Amino acid sequence: MLKELAQEKWSGKINSINIGATKEEGGSRTSVVKIGGQATLPFIFNDGDIPHRPVIAAEVWDIAPNDWSSTLNSELEDVYSDPVSWSKKLIDEFKVDLICLKLQGAHPDLGDRTPTQEVKLVKDIISNVGVPLIVIGCGDDSKDNLILPACTEATKGEKCLFGSAVQDNYKTLVAACQADGHNIIAESPIDINIAKQLNILIHEMGFGLDKIVINPTVGALGYGLEYAYSIMERARLAALTGDKMVAQPFICFSGPEAWRAKEAKASIEEHPEWGKELERGVIWEVLTSATFLQSGADILVMRHPKAISTVKGYITKLMEIK
Amino acid sequence: MALSGLDIYKLLPKTNCRKCGYSTCLAFAMALAKKQVVLDKCPSINPEVKGTLEQASLPPIRLVTIGVGDNKVDVGNETVMFRHEEKFHHPTAIGFIIDSNVGDADFENKIKLIDSLNFERVGQVIKVNLIALRQSGDSTDFVDKVRKVSELSSLALVLMSSDIEALKGALEICSKQKPLIYAATEQNISDFVGLAKTYSVPLVICADELEKIEELSQKANQEGLADIVLDTGIKSITKKIEDLTYLRRLSLKKKKRSLGYPIVALVENDDPFQEAIEAGTYISKYASIVLIKTVESWQTLALLTLRQNIYTDPQKPLQVEAKAYSIGQVTEQSPVMVTTNFSLTYYTVLGEVEASKIPSYILCVDTEGMSVLTAWAAEKFTPEKISDSLNKSGIKDKVNHKRIIIPGYVSVMSGDLEEKSGCEIIVGPKEASGLPSFLKKI
Repeated sequence: MLKELAQEKWSGKINSINIGATKEEGGSRTSVVKIGGQATLPFIFNDGDIPHRPVIAAEVWDIAPNDWSSTLNSELEDVYSDPVSWSKKLIDEFKVDLICLKLQGAHPDLGDRTPTQEVKLVKDIISNVGVPLIVIGCGDDSKDNLILPACTEATKGEKCLFGSAVQDNYKTLVAACQADGHNIIAESPIDINIAKQLNILIHEMGFGLDKIVINPTVGALGYGLEYAYSIMERARLAALTGDKMVAQPFICFSGPEAWRAKEAKASIEEHPEWGKELERGVIWEVLTSATFLQSGADILVMRHPKAISTVKGYITKLMEIK
Repeated sequence: MALSGLDIYKLLPKTNCRKCGYSTCLAFAMALAKKQVVLDKCPSINPEVKGTLEQASLPPIRLVTIGVGDNKVDVGNETVMFRHEEKFHHPTAIGFIIDSNVGDADFENKIKLIDSLNFERVGQVIKVNLIALRQSGDSTDFVDKVRKVSELSSLALVLMSSDIEALKGALEICSKQKPLIYAATEQNISDFVGLAKTYSVPLVICADELEKIEELSQKANQEGLADIVLDTGIKSITKKIEDLTYLRRLSLKKKKRSLGYPIVALVENDDPFQEAIEAGTYISKYASIVLIKTVESWQTLALLTLRQNIYTDPQKPLQVEAKAYSIGQVTEQSPVMVTTNFSLTYYTVLGEVEASKIPSYILCVDTEGMSVLTAWAAEKFTPEKISDSLNKSGIKDKVNHKRIIIPGYVSVMSGDLEEKSGCEIIVGPKEASGLPSFLKKI
């Protein structure tokens, strides 16, 4: 049989991770997200086990974004001012698996929101939505080291996913996630060696390798997508052949990246030859996201409802084995 | 797998007769391995060895050409499973299926629209490659439409029909344009192979199962047809990914010559988003030709961009010449911005500078095609390199000021660069998108 001749069996597999904890498990989530566990390359079911489907997290900000494109604004503007309604809209209407709360407003240049304010928001979301939570800092290291530990403590037992630990700033967040029982995102700049090194550093602090998710820092379609695509393929091949230090699931911020692309944002007046504005923005997010599923993404962070429902439909099709 | 010089030497007569022009058989073998000479130069080679050597020199996946002239498209000849191992060589040919029963006016408009689908991205023109005309209805109409399309467009053609007489009629008109015939199946394989041979055109062989594909391609090959393209039929996305991956593995890793051909994937979905997502999947996963139904510029732009990304050589990032570029009607007072010579970086900056409508100079430093942060980390974008470029590019003579704008991400080098270049350093925005408002303020 040619299929048997072509089959490849792998010795390693990707770590399985649970995000979110139900009441019985010490949290308050009504659903739990399981990712990872693959013993094969993406969607090659005949070679090995793929126990879990990739999932979609909707990106929600603590402040109203002022630089998002009009295509996004027209869908989401009415909920920008209230992150709880924003989360609910995407959970109830578009069935996202997780909420990815970005604490952008904590940045000193973007409002400098205090730890108390961010803790209140995180608690509000936890008590109003049932899906597991991803919480991302503002990107300013010293500020993140203030707000993130406050948030991990406030959500103790909920098994959230916190980010991002980076090579120059990981210790505070690792210690906080360790103390409060959360998972962590290890972010590396499109570099497999740094990704591996950072996992080792985090592991050396006593943190479980089975609670780390890799953010390989993806680029948008047309803006360096292929770099992260190949880094992810290389990491997967290494993991499947037994390297446990890169055997973590991937989180890809495909939505935020796609909406930075000129092709996603430009008006039809600026570029009539590029075609309809709404569809063009959505397809940019859709194709960026879908392509990373093919290089191994386990969690996609996305923005536009139409893009979310399109990619969700695609994932359902991908998981139909027959 | 290509043989080494020594492997070839073992098969040669070892007489050192010099008739090939080389002083020894070993020298000839070495030249053969480097493809500097053809085997026919050896007068005393035995036919069996010749067969072995020819077989070994064939690429594991055959290169097939569709069309002629400027719009011909080469597909196949791929050598790796993953792009980081080397690169993917021949970008997926993208084409559109048009049914022959559409009205004349619609038909012409569609062809004109397809013809116009080309875009410029990072200094490259990216465009669609194929028009696939599919017989729906009677054969006279199909042949008539083939005539029309070959007059209206110079894109390479795919002729889709199971009616051999209709295909003959069509090939009488356009066989010189070397269209791809779609498709031979188990039922018609001999007739279709005969047709493809008569008109010297490439042929798609279609079957659901890999074993059947192998059987049919062997048959076609025995009957003397070399230019073959494979199709595993309409199936779920996941099955298709498996087929495409397994065929690539079987031809590269298991040396299955009978499966070593480019693969075509047909995608038809009334929802243009689902269609694009499926087509995109096959572009990433080894399809050499993807045929879709929807003709929408936003969809095509996205798919062509994806193809450009996936088929970029990972060892050679796209670069622009390292020099000073003048944008708009520059004067001696125009601002000077410094960036890297990575194409994507340059064209992103260029787009924003053009949008600002402020005539400016962009000085691209040779960073071997690295982006700003990567080049800075790799010490290819240093104060020394930048001041060196400032001197060599002649930019200092073109302006009457000494102010240089650097990317916000490398603000840390300001002091050092100021010292080395003797210029005043202004820190620009981190992202190119901040340039228009930044340029208006300074």
